[in-house]
Amino acid sequence: MSTFLGMPGGRTAGTRGPAADPGVGHLTGDRSFPAAAHDALANTQLRRNLAHATSTIRAKRASVVAEVPDWEALRDAGSAIKADTMARLPELLEQLEANVIARGGTVHWARDAAEANRIVTDLVRATGADEVVKVKSMATQEIGLNEALEAAGITAHETDLAELIVQLGHDKPSHILVPAIHRGRAEIREIFAREMPGVDPLLTDEPAVLAAAARTHLREVFLRAKVAVSGANFGVAETGTLTVVESEGNGRMCLTLPDTLITVMGIEKVVPTWRDLEVFLQLLPRSSTGERMNPYTSTWTGVVPGDGPQDFHLVLLDNGRTRALADELGRTALHCIRCSACLNVCPVYERTGGHAYGSVYPGPIGAILSPLLTGLTGGDDPNDSLPYASSLCGACYDVCPVKINIPDMLVQLRAEHTEAHADTHRLPSPEAAAMKAAAWVMADEGRFAKAGRAAAVARHGIRRGKPRIPLPPPLNGWTASRDAPAPAAESFRDWWTRTRGGSS
Amino acid sequence: MSARDDVLARIRGALGADPTAPPVPRAYRQHGEYAAGAPELVLQLVDRLEDYRATVVRIGADDDDSIGRAVADALAPREIGQAVTPPGTPREWTGWLADVVVDDGSLDAKALDRIPAVVTGSVVTIAETGTIVLDGGELCGRRAITLVPDTHVCVVRVSDVVQTVPEGLQRVDPVRPLTFISGPSATSDIELDRVEGVHGPRQLVVIVSG
Ligand code: SF4
Repeated sequence: MSTFLGMPGGRTAGTRGPAADPGVGHLTGDRSFPAAAHDALANTQLRRNLAHATSTIRAKRASVVAEVPDWEALRDAGSAIKADTMARLPELLEQLEANVIARGGTVHWARDAAEANRIVTDLVRATGADEVVKVKSMATQEIGLNEALEAAGITAHETDLAELIVQLGHDKPSHILVPAIHRGRAEIREIFAREMPGVDPLLTDEPAVLAAAARTHLREVFLRAKVAVSGANFGVAETGTLTVVESEGNGRMCLTLPDTLITVMGIEKVVPTWRDLEVFLQLLPRSSTGERMNPYTSTWTGVVPGDGPQDFHLVLLDNGRTRALADELGRTALHCIRCSACLNVCPVYERTGGHAYGSVYPGPIGAILSPLLTGLTGGDDPNDSLPYASSLCGACYDVCPVKINIPDMLVQLRAEHTEAHADTHRLPSPEAAAMKAAAWVMADEGRFAKAGRAAAVARHGIRRGKPRIPLPPPLNGWTASRDAPAPAAESFRDWWTRTRGGSS
Repeated sequence: MSARDDVLARIRGALGADPTAPPVPRAYRQHGEYAAGAPELVLQLVDRLEDYRATVVRIGADDDDSIGRAVADALAPREIGQAVTPPGTPREWTGWLADVVVDDGSLDAKALDRIPAVVTGSVVTIAETGTIVLDGGELCGRRAITLVPDTHVCVVRVSDVVQTVPEGLQRVDPVRPLTFISGPSATSDIELDRVEGVHGPRQLVVIVSG
């Protein structure tokens, strides 16, 4: 438990809620970032897969964002709607609850992961079902719901293709949008051939063939399932409407065919009005899959007689969110709409992949969100190393559709870590932690001594006031309109040139 | 204390005294340059839908019999003579098909899985994003019927085509069960390359009429 109470500069607005228990669910790994990154960096297959996937998605995102004339106005609106939501969170949640109940749904509240798991398990048990179909959901991954259900003898079938790849591969998710991003098509083919009962032995590694295999594999499960568990991208307070944004139709299957639907939603996912979706349904698909619109978005309000599940439960989850909420900057981490754009542009993420971050929330957003939810101990907690898992280059801030200032938050968390560490009188120093984390990841092993010592906090301080320089290709493809910070750019650019060469 | 009261108390405590946020700036486009149904929007819509690998059939007529012929013509090369349709679609739309099941709510998922196609209308379509909205009503049907059959033939009337996402959302009733469809089922989960055809209908045929 954190002993740190204040913020440097006094930016704590209110009283922190309790931290999420790192022992339940998947918010903390079992090793520090540098230790885990060490192994990832040695895996050339992983780095090839990541470089290919992230460069593909960066190019797609850049082109569909560039065609939107009012993109910056949409970002401003998205950011402001989220700030307004946080300021009015109690009334909005009560309004959402009242509207869901008025339309025939049931609302549950969960203080933490263990309580949410208990609620969902009891609800499934009450139906008599021994299996559930699941729509990909960060909240249920965060709380470790599948393991909790399994312990109660209930099988959870992940139905998103990437989640299925992870589940069949006995693997862990490494990306918030594409949990199997670390797998190439040949590896996926092998996993399917090995783990999918009755799969065609002539299966090729064509993505279309692999997708067809997943369709066949899950069809029977969808048609018989009695209970579904989902997350929610948005919950509209004024109407009680829940929203799931997806591509494959597995979401529609889960939200439509079973008798019972249980939706687990973080308290920060509420938005005030239906109209607000006009902003997020533009920002989210272009930022995440780089499409003008994702293939399917479903919205539902309570229970609709004769159409879809006739028993609907909404579970509202805290699990450390009220801890983040108490801090004025940390609060903005709760604005995240989980698009994953910040992961796809992050040079550290691209080198290490998502597993190195330990938490289900990897990449830049994970580096702030995970420690905000679980707290910093100043000791050996793996999440203490996450604020150093960044070069503070600022690319994450530039692409974020809701303008979360991740670099500033990282700097604040480093300062907080320093204080917490001073409280506990323990080593290592933050400087050493930084060297071990981002600097170590980013630096060529031979140039480590030269590049590693630059004080990241100081560099970031300069970034705010100095003119920025335009980036040369391919870095200027990251965003149409942004420049990178001059002071931090050099070693990073060297690194980029050296490792990426003309490969993109 | 109940979990509800506890979580709400935590939130109030975390926000501190008098939390406020500035008003939301809405400087983004609320309307496009073109009125609903403008020819420019139809062209844009067709481009978007084809980009998603939907099949688009453009017919100038908007009478129900012409729509029915277009439906049959679209299904014939796929060797599909059977379709389910919601109770509120004009009977002419499916008049040229050999076997039509008008949905009365009694077909379960397994029964729907044996029907190769579904023919529906739509409530509004957004040209910029190529997004067709179904609202679960008489013309669109309950959600299961547009999900389980492998081919979805969807009629879009030109007068229902708007340019922007805000215009589209204004035209629908949020408490209805809505499905926003932008192309056939697809995934980007393998190396972030988009491939069409996973769990939803693998074929989306859009009849743009009028
Ligand atoms: S922090 Fe911003 S860019 Fe990153 S996932 Fe969240 S919304 Fe997307």
